[in-house]
Amino acid sequence: MAEAILTATDLVKYYPIKGGVLRRKVGDVKAVDGVSFELLKGETLGIVGESGCGKSTLGRLLMRLEEPTSGSVVFDGVDMYAQKGRAMRKLRRDIQIVFQDPYTSLNPRKTVGDIVGEPFDIHPDVVPRKGRRKAVQDLLDLVGLNPEHINRYPHQFSGGQRQRIGIARGIALNPKVLICDEPVSALDVSVQAQVVNLMEKLQDELGLSYIFIAHDLSVVRHISDRVGVMYLGKMAELGEEDDIYGRPTHPYTQALLSAVPVPDPTLRDKKEQIVLKGDVPSPANPPSGCRFHTRCWKAQDKCKTDIPLLELRPDGAGEHLSACHFAQPREIIETIDVSDLADGDLDTGRRDTASLEPVGDGPADS
Amino acid sequence: MTEASTIAVGAETSAPAGHDEARSLTSDAWRSLKKNPIFWVSMALIVAFLLMAVWPSLFTNVDPAEAVLKQARERPSANAWFGRDIQGYDIYSRTIYGARASILVGVFASIATVLIGGAMGVIAGYYGGWLDAVVSRVTDIFFAIPLLLGGILFMATFPNDVDSPYLLVVGKVVLVLSIFGWPGLARLMRSSVLQVKPNDYVQAARALGATPWRIIRAHVLPNALAPMIVVATINLGVFISVEATLSFLGIGLTPPAISWGVAISDAIVALRTTPHILLFPSLFLSLAVLAFIMLGDAVRDAFDPKSR
Repeated sequence: MAEAILTATDLVKYYPIKGGVLRRKVGDVKAVDGVSFELLKGETLGIVGESGCGKSTLGRLLMRLEEPTSGSVVFDGVDMYAQKGRAMRKLRRDIQIVFQDPYTSLNPRKTVGDIVGEPFDIHPDVVPRKGRRKAVQDLLDLVGLNPEHINRYPHQFSGGQRQRIGIARGIALNPKVLICDEPVSALDVSVQAQVVNLMEKLQDELGLSYIFIAHDLSVVRHISDRVGVMYLGKMAELGEEDDIYGRPTHPYTQALLSAVPVPDPTLRDKKEQIVLKGDVPSPANPPSGCRFHTRCWKAQDKCKTDIPLLELRPDGAGEHLSACHFAQPREIIETIDVSDLADGDLDTGRRDTASLEPVGDGPADS
Repeated sequence: MTEASTIAVGAETSAPAGHDEARSLTSDAWRSLKKNPIFWVSMALIVAFLLMAVWPSLFTNVDPAEAVLKQARERPSANAWFGRDIQGYDIYSRTIYGARASILVGVFASIATVLIGGAMGVIAGYYGGWLDAVVSRVTDIFFAIPLLLGGILFMATFPNDVDSPYLLVVGKVVLVLSIFGWPGLARLMRSSVLQVKPNDYVQAARALGATPWRIIRAHVLPNALAPMIVVATINLGVFISVEATLSFLGIGLTPPAISWGVAISDAIVALRTTPHILLFPSLFLSLAVLAFIMLGDAVRDAFDPKSR
């Protein structure tokens, strides 16, 4: 088994709620509440969960764009939150981020060359000054953009092309870990596929490790080796892709997966959809015990008092990490994972970007 | 690399065609400015006033300090186009020379307020926390004192001597206008920095390990500057009129300095008998203030996408 490159232990991030005339602290929004996991070298860890479950905050904590309330992240043997000033800036070379919205992640007043070349300006020892233009053009070529467009401005590109620029900036310093905060959520489905395939290609070529945050279950399944499911700031279930999608044991994961549309009409009727009652509780006042007990059909008294630990629990064919007292596999009709199919197996298996007509990323939607 | 090449070809076709390019905010603003007659009128006036300030001899070769007492209060004639004032000075010449004081005060007070207000606004908006609290409360305090009242108080406390050098007299007015003029710009800058700061490109620069100074210089300032430039242009007109007001009250620029405010003040005593003495400096003052305010308005409209 490959060694871990990034280890998060009990990460907690509370945002204070201030109220009253004196702006005194009256509570906390518990955005991330005790999340632990390991990222192995060269793997892709998918993080899924609905809006507001703390996925993005987790990503920002791992980048140290936010300071955690408590917990630690060890990156490549270094305690990330203990680094200061110059040492921290040096550490940032090895862990980079790709943002969700390609429309706000690029400075509108800078050319593509400036944007992709900025990492080299900040860390001048990476590429000598003379070679920078060439390095930027190589990066643009690597992410599938025309290197001659180096002097264009972001608004002259479509969403998918902009996201490629963001990726080029992210990999410019040859990082070890790339955190992708919903990198394809803002893109059209066809463009999503192109960008996801690009990311897989880069992983093969550069040996990157990814943390892939998304709410799209099929995209995460396509790209991930392991998957973590988050609910209200906690990790509900964590395991290999097949464990999570094939043998989910946490009721929340089961409910999530049952909501994925089934493309095969003959299977559609057999599918049992689990409809959760109520809304996600407020993270400012999360339920006691198991966070999911207010909406869980299996909940019993124990769930209201005891917090279930994320530990290895049997899933029918083995065991993987799950945070449910009553973890039990359940038959969920699977969505088709195209990444596992050989080319001839299914029509959908061949509908990869490479075989699409060269339409680029489609017209820029303005 | 088939994938990359296919996509590169695609990128070529979907790229916008030639004349659609460069549609950044600034170029859009410039395009709409070019079509705005108000912009050209105000620019023409401003260029004329700037020329008067820099090379007054271009417009007149009459010495503004040459008093012909026996022709005092003479009405406009071919000899003295705007007539002569109570002291027998040539009004045309003095009005031309008076532009220098107004432009100097307006330009330097604007530059000073942009620098102070901009810096304070960036510090408050970018760093936040207690720095923001301190800067915001200080601007509140200055806001409570009206510009004109503050100017009167300051200039009455530190009056000019008769033999004070010209630049000291102008410098004092610039100083007082700057002291009471920067808080507005600081607030404006703070709010636009607050708007720019949460953008992902600022976060991306942080993630790359950029220093705060670099982030401010390369990412925050270029995207937060437009509103302040607009207001600073409008303020320039306001400063010119406040300078004239202070000079009119006898506490801004004082003779022998030549200024429109001083000229208006001198003309008041003869308002009913020879109104032309008052008319010309007032007209020029109004035109100068109007020109800068119109320019500011035009620029603001150009930078506001909603007005298009």
